[in-house]
Amino acid sequence: MSLNDCIQAQITAARPQAVGALLRYFEDLDRAEDAFQEACLRALQRWPKEGLPDQPVAWLIRCARNAGIDEIRKTRRWVEDDQFTGSQAYVEDNELMIDQLRYRDETLRLFFICCHPELSKVQQIALALKVVAGLSVEEIARAFLVKAKTIEQRITRAKQRVGQTRMAFKAPTEATRLEYVQAVTTMIYLLFNEGYAASGGEAHIRQSLCTEAIRLARVLVRLFPNLPEVLALLSLCLLQHARHRARLDEQGEIVLLENQSRHLWDSAMINEGTVLLEKALRHGQVGPLQLQAAIAATHARAKKAEDTEWEEIARLYAALETVEASPVVTLNRYVALYQCGRVEEALAGVKGLQSELDGYFYFHGVHAALLKALNRKEEAKEAFQRALTLAATPAEKNYIAKELEKL
Amino acid sequence: MLYSILIYEPEAVVEALSKEENEARLEKHRAIQKALSEGKRLGPVAKLMPTSSAATVRSKGQKALVLDGPFAESKEQLVGFYCFEADSLQDALAIAGQFPCETGAIEVRPIEWFYPGDQVES
Repeated sequence: MSLNDCIQAQITAARPQAVGALLRYFEDLDRAEDAFQEACLRALQRWPKEGLPDQPVAWLIRCARNAGIDEIRKTRRWVEDDQFTGSQAYVEDNELMIDQLRYRDETLRLFFICCHPELSKVQQIALALKVVAGLSVEEIARAFLVKAKTIEQRITRAKQRVGQTRMAFKAPTEATRLEYVQAVTTMIYLLFNEGYAASGGEAHIRQSLCTEAIRLARVLVRLFPNLPEVLALLSLCLLQHARHRARLDEQGEIVLLENQSRHLWDSAMINEGTVLLEKALRHGQVGPLQLQAAIAATHARAKKAEDTEWEEIARLYAALETVEASPVVTLNRYVALYQCGRVEEALAGVKGLQSELDGYFYFHGVHAALLKALNRKEEAKEAFQRALTLAATPAEKNYIAKELEKL
Repeated sequence: MLYSILIYEPEAVVEALSKEENEARLEKHRAIQKALSEGKRLGPVAKLMPTSSAATVRSKGQKALVLDGPFAESKEQLVGFYCFEADSLQDALAIAGQFPCETGAIEVRPIEWFYPGDQVES
């Protein structure tokens, strides 16, 4: 039981690197995945008897490559022995020893394929969960709470899209590497957010999406340990996820930050997230994820809700507006101002965002809360009702319904 | 004599362990800690954060240079350690043998000098 579990963990851990290497070799995502699958089956047969090989990743890659070539030989009528050597860019080394930099780029490319700009957000996430994280279609369907068939179609279509553009299979150059990293960072952040506040379905928090996002962020941090925004991505995910036990009550209802039982926050995650943020900030290149992580860390620092340094949070949101202006960020800055006691100013600002954020659930929630704070009950009611029509999950609906009752 | 046990594991593999396996491992650790503690032989125990949280200071000329990451790139990383009292190396190795190590390795290293320090809160 235990040994099998460890073998399974080895396989899961090897996957991004191995499939990345196989993709470079075969230049065909399906073939790379199938070959890896075959190698895993062989590992599961042989490793329990023979023990783990010295280099499990290299073992899996070699085994998969041979399996893939056999498969090609079977389907083509004849193949010269050395006709199939993979892409020209692939320089084979004798022992398949770990060449850190090459593997880094191969893994990055595997990630990047999932971020193809023609793919929708959900397609990107589903593809990354399947291809990089190695989740089965059933597991992904369960995480999204949709039918397996829906996910299957989504992934097939995404793969077709990606397959049509050869560009995606090109290795990053010095100039494009950072671009790739940025796209991957954004995709993992989307994946995390999809788990943090589900955009639909029954569950408000989809835990497994959050933990997968954290796992993938860890892979990315291992590849690029000194890129501040990559460190900040992991930091932000950890700081946000640290609160997950406190964010819903026993009935699955939303508990606002100010009402959460802070002893339910995961202090190990908060500590790790805080250290990672500090490491990121040392580089002196502020970016949007570092600022968001800094906001999350400021919340995490407060032992009680009343201790929250709202002035600091308002400042951080203002800084975020300068590097990544968005009406949602501005909305959050007004929330911080409201918490600092500047209610009228906040309400005036929020009203100014109405045209841009009219279709946004949180906008109406905030608007209503501000009106309520100023005792403008009728207008607050109206705003809450508007929020109710935009609620995406039952937890959001119930929360607003309760607020309406209180008025 | 005092011994340390240094636990080395590939971090990526540890992260991929299932919840059940993780819990089973913790259970083993708790049992080891309990047995050592009952014999009044248990010293400090620590689990380290992943090496992505590490920074390394090296001197460069007159200046100290801070680098991101652990001091060495390796297949397995130091993930935690124990300090404990053992009668002999053989005794220490017998204790080391109780640790779960399917995915990594356990190093037994005698302690030359030890200061228990202040009782800092975890």
